[in-house]
Amino acid sequence: MESNHAIDIDRTVRGFMVVFVTLLALTAVSVGVSYLHLKEHEAVAVALVIATFKASLVAMYFMRLLSETKVIFLVLGVTVLFFLVLLFVPLLTNLDRIRV
Amino acid sequence: MVGQHQGGQTAKAAQHAAHPTHHEELSFWSRYVFSTDHKVIGIQYTVTGLLFLFFGFCLMMLMRWQLAYPGEAIPLIGTWFGEARAPGGVMLPEFYNELGAMHGTIMVFLGVVPIGVGGFGNFVLPLQIGAADMAFPRLNMFSYQFFLLGGLVMLASFFIPGGAAQSGWTSYAPLAVINPGQTAWGFGMVLIITSSLLGALNFITTTIQLRAKGMSFWRFPFFVWAQFVTAFLLLLAFPPLEAATVMQLMDRLAGSSFFLPAGLVVSGQPMLNTGGGNPLLWQHLFWFLAHPEVYVLILPALGIVAEVIANNTRKPLWGYRAMVYSLFFLGFMSFIVWAHHMFITGMGSAMATFFQTTTMIISIPSVVILASLLLSLWGGSIRFNTPMLFALAFLPMFGIGGLTGLPLGLSTPDIHLHDTYYVIGHFHYVVAPGTIFAFFAGLYYWYPKATGRRMNETLGKLHFWPSLVFMNGIFLPMFWIGLAGVSRRLYDGGATYGFGPQVTGMISLSSWSAWLLALGQIPFIVNFFWSLRHGEVVDRNPWQATTVEWQAPSPPPHGNFDRAPVVYRGPYDYSPPGYAVDFVPQTQEA
Amino acid sequence: MDALIPYITEPREDTGVTNSKICIWLFLASEVMLFGAFFATYIVLRMGSTSWPRGWEIQNVPLGALNTVVLITSSVTMVMAWASLERRDLAKFQRFIGTTVVLGGVFLVIKYFEYSAKFHHHLGPSTSTYLAIYFTMTGLHALHIIFGMGTNGYFWVTGRSYWQAGDQLLLVNRVENAGLFWHFVDIVWIFLFPILYLM
Repeated sequence: MESNHAIDIDRTVRGFMVVFVTLLALTAVSVGVSYLHLKEHEAVAVALVIATFKASLVAMYFMRLLSETKVIFLVLGVTVLFFLVLLFVPLLTNLDRIRV
Repeated sequence: MVGQHQGGQTAKAAQHAAHPTHHEELSFWSRYVFSTDHKVIGIQYTVTGLLFLFFGFCLMMLMRWQLAYPGEAIPLIGTWFGEARAPGGVMLPEFYNELGAMHGTIMVFLGVVPIGVGGFGNFVLPLQIGAADMAFPRLNMFSYQFFLLGGLVMLASFFIPGGAAQSGWTSYAPLAVINPGQTAWGFGMVLIITSSLLGALNFITTTIQLRAKGMSFWRFPFFVWAQFVTAFLLLLAFPPLEAATVMQLMDRLAGSSFFLPAGLVVSGQPMLNTGGGNPLLWQHLFWFLAHPEVYVLILPALGIVAEVIANNTRKPLWGYRAMVYSLFFLGFMSFIVWAHHMFITGMGSAMATFFQTTTMIISIPSVVILASLLLSLWGGSIRFNTPMLFALAFLPMFGIGGLTGLPLGLSTPDIHLHDTYYVIGHFHYVVAPGTIFAFFAGLYYWYPKATGRRMNETLGKLHFWPSLVFMNGIFLPMFWIGLAGVSRRLYDGGATYGFGPQVTGMISLSSWSAWLLALGQIPFIVNFFWSLRHGEVVDRNPWQATTVEWQAPSPPPHGNFDRAPVVYRGPYDYSPPGYAVDFVPQTQEA
Repeated sequence: MDALIPYITEPREDTGVTNSKICIWLFLASEVMLFGAFFATYIVLRMGSTSWPRGWEIQNVPLGALNTVVLITSSVTMVMAWASLERRDLAKFQRFIGTTVVLGGVFLVIKYFEYSAKFHHHLGPSTSTYLAIYFTMTGLHALHIIFGMGTNGYFWVTGRSYWQAGDQLLLVNRVENAGLFWHFVDIVWIFLFPILYLM
């Protein structure tokens, strides 16, 4: 693994620090926004957009998903799809229910 | 500390090379009880699973007495169940419900999946891909132990106050939240689900990483593909049920209201929960697992049948590639059909349309696989040995099961058929004369590999014919009484319906077929044990098969192969032109 | 027996991964589905409710924000622990992995204070569905933190013996995988925090 996976460890570590600062800043933003006591829909949208971006940074850089193999991307892609199905279909079924 | 973690790769490998036949002498416990060898674990899963299958069968035979002769005392053993369950030997409704819920739970989670995946998958898969063992042998052992523990918890639940679960294997809220037995059921399920998840990790990793040299994906036997897709279903579909089970336990033990609406009244007393919960949420999370689960039940069976058919027709499988693509399409679709179990929960037309459409679409890959297996028979030199008889019988039985699913998958006919005996007939056809027949085929087929001896053919046929006849005797009438309107899970089987007298004959037929089916298993049980000592001794490849497991000794030693196999060809080179013999093993170069 | 299983520290050429790397990602995929079910529960119950509290009405937002910073920092120290091993610096590795364990402990201590405050005011899973989902999700998350701390603690303690046995590669491999688990636990909190505290 040492010989055939030449990662520039110094560059990678610098990248970690940039991501760290970004994550802290985004945390501050989402906490700050919460003090505005926005309406429910707006609060949900802002909070989730920021959270998704933060999570992507952790995944791409700390978990080094960006440089991972196709096999793993495929598994995760399929998983995310089913995750979204699980998240939204029960809700949609609830919304579409017969109302007497 | 140094010895605790896996020693340096190079150090141990060097030691192994210096002493190639050196084995530490393992104790009885390390070899047979706490083994990390996939073959031992596979046999453990199979034997334990068969015992649970038998137990679940016994539960059902008790139920069938109450259905055929409602209100009459169970003969001979009626008094064994105590006054709380069967006063004077007459089954109480609560006992009937216990038997029903546990029959379903045990057959699905402790019988079929452990045998199909834990048993056949563990034993055969590493051998078929030319590997020495699973990628994580110790994890494999833990998988089995979690399964065993979960099973023991389920069995123990019969003896706790209140008894075992009695709200159906589906454990719907709010009934399951207030009924006895569900706490044990919940803990048992968490253990069983953990076992399956650990197993799935092992199967997928092993299949991808430990293939022998030359064993590319398109040279996999169909059995391997089937296990691979099954493992993905287990991996991704089980966690939501684990979450739901935890929430149901929270509702029961911590007073939460995940699934409980406000305003519930139990036995005249209002429930003091906060409400705000949603019973349908339980159904969604349960069926999110339970639908892919039914494909977990059938895919290993399809894998077994494919192997046995290819071998006994002396022909390659017809449509192998289409079958593999169908497996993946089926696996994917299985995640988006689940609410066809919920059509009559007040679903609106948009969602009903969505789920009907996906359900109709999922029948396509099933048909492709079944049709390919049928077409594989055309022009074959068919050998009618016992495994092949079971594999052949599987085809029409699975066909009936599949076809009868179609009206259930459409929301309009489902209004009439939901929760009737029609449903019971449908799913039992797929699982009982379907999957279990495939398991018998697999047991007769791979027994020589596991034991070095063949099972007796005469006893095999004595097992097969009654099984075929009586399986149909049990389940075929159910379509009729279901269409007539008899609900499932009824303590008296419909005797009190206005049309009750007209269906009692068919209910009796089902019951008597069940008891006779039990008798028909005796030749199998005798054969299984007798052949261990007295079966015809065989060499490596008694079936003249092409797949790699038949290159190992029978039974294979620890590490499986004399030398790491190299694969040169596809899985079904039967009757290739220009060869003197009618098969060429995958490991044969020229 | 160990020598029979290949690709423990060396990746397989055609797949590019070791066995444990694929295994941990598959495990994380199953965890996505596990937490997904809880998020789905939150969505269904909140959308179906007549009234649902805003996060700040019930929670101590600054404390939750502090916990978020703690966990993000622990992800950095975790990944630096791995980077130190890549640079073959055992001492730095032990400092970073130790810090990761300690930060996990800080998270749990803050959680303890949050829980105690709620119990003191008789707020529990049976008080409302919001609190039911709060306690269940953060409780499950806390169990994952404990498990992660245990794993990281094990490597903190045994790192030196791996080094001395000549198993550097094995340690790098295992710490990388432990790191993937830890980062996942961080990601779950990155979603849990706004969902439970800020919405």
